[in-house]
Amino acid sequence: MTGGLAHQLDLAARRLFPFALSVLMVVLSVVPLPIPGNGLVMPPLGLMAVYYWAIHRPDLVPAIAVFVLGLLEDVLSGAPTGVNTVMFLLVYGIMRIQRKPFLGKPFVVMWFGFVVVAPCAILFDWLLSSAVAGKAIPPLAAVVQVLLAITLYPSVTWLFAAAQRAFLRQKP
Amino acid sequence: MRYAAPVRAAAHRFAFLVLLALAVGLVVLGKADAILVERLRTTVSDAFAPILEALASPMATVDETIADIRDLVHLRSENLRLKQDNERLREWEQRARELTAQNLALREALKFAPHDEVRSVTARVIADSGGSFVRSLLVDAGNRDGVTKGQAAAAGEGLVGRIAEVGDISARVLLITDLNSRIPVLVESTRDHAILAGDNTDQPSLVYLPPNLTLSPGDRIVTASDGGAFPPGLPIGVVASTSDGVVRIQPFANWSRLEYVRIVDYGLKGILGPVEPPPAASARGKHPAKP
Repeated sequence: MTGGLAHQLDLAARRLFPFALSVLMVVLSVVPLPIPGNGLVMPPLGLMAVYYWAIHRPDLVPAIAVFVLGLLEDVLSGAPTGVNTVMFLLVYGIMRIQRKPFLGKPFVVMWFGFVVVAPCAILFDWLLSSAVAGKAIPPLAAVVQVLLAITLYPSVTWLFAAAQRAFLRQKP
Repeated sequence: MRYAAPVRAAAHRFAFLVLLALAVGLVVLGKADAILVERLRTTVSDAFAPILEALASPMATVDETIADIRDLVHLRSENLRLKQDNERLREWEQRARELTAQNLALREALKFAPHDEVRSVTARVIADSGGSFVRSLLVDAGNRDGVTKGQAAAAGEGLVGRIAEVGDISARVLLITDLNSRIPVLVESTRDHAILAGDNTDQPSLVYLPPNLTLSPGDRIVTASDGGAFPPGLPIGVVASTSDGVVRIQPFANWSRLEYVRIVDYGLKGILGPVEPPPAASARGKHPAKP
């Protein structure tokens, strides 16, 4: 059953929600915060979003959406064009194939997965950024990012899960 | 119907690979400094500038509130410090008056034609590099406000960077601490030339120093007009350390509280390419000057 126009719109809005939330994450990660250490202290919120939705609702966040997210991250953060785009797509591609073991599992399993994925993704980002810059970038920023990614993953994911429960109940 | 699922899966895989190839292509194109990639970047920045601006304002309010509370605690010591500063500055004011008079007299004697008045645009910082491996800022002023590539961006007492990308309503400032930043500078006391090179740490270093030049901590570093990109004499920072032949500079800019930057238009052709004819409006600000 398709229902009326209002229902259609409602459905479309719900289906767009994971992508919209991911865009918000990317935007939030570049908002200047009133804390010292400019540009060093934001957790990779975009990466968390890509990881989460690749496992839970890849049907609502297709590869093209991940491409757009990566490009947005590159442009807004001032990173070389395409670097985060490639990284996001790789994480998405791998998690999409490997999502089965995570579905329906307790939260800790998801977190453990991220503890493995995040350092690899950030290392890749660091290597590619260094290659583009033509010299080794001081690795401190990468280390800080990995630590922030791992420690803040539960709270950020809690938000995603709450959103998923609230807006996308129809389908597991 | 039986083939639908595998076909769809193959289509997904194909789309994924095309996008991945496109992303890799963007890395290569971007590295080659393609105008197309830059246009794409500035378009996206412009599109998101209003959203970022809306998000940056409440953050700034939180910051100001915290700062206010902190200031209250230090009111007495701050007052004392300001009194001392005031006394010192009075002496400097006197000195400046003398020098201005002398300068005018000398100009008169030399028939010196001064440069055009330096114009500046004040812009709000709406995004920082958010943990990526670059040191840059997005500000909410662009072509429309007379901002062009290569102009200097200063905050408070010192230079913070130069304009690297310009959109209509937004621009990216490459900070002097970024790995790719190279700024021609002068040692203020000796007038020796050098290049200030960033390396993603908070203290950029001096390279191409003339041999047998001895610098000591506290020596002031200012912009040089080499390449005509920057107004000469804009303060940058002081020598922080000179260990192992590496001279590190502590910039005057306070990185943790960069809320506004002043983009200085010196009206000369920048090192980064042609500058469009100067816009009709002169010295203007998008935001009221901060006290």
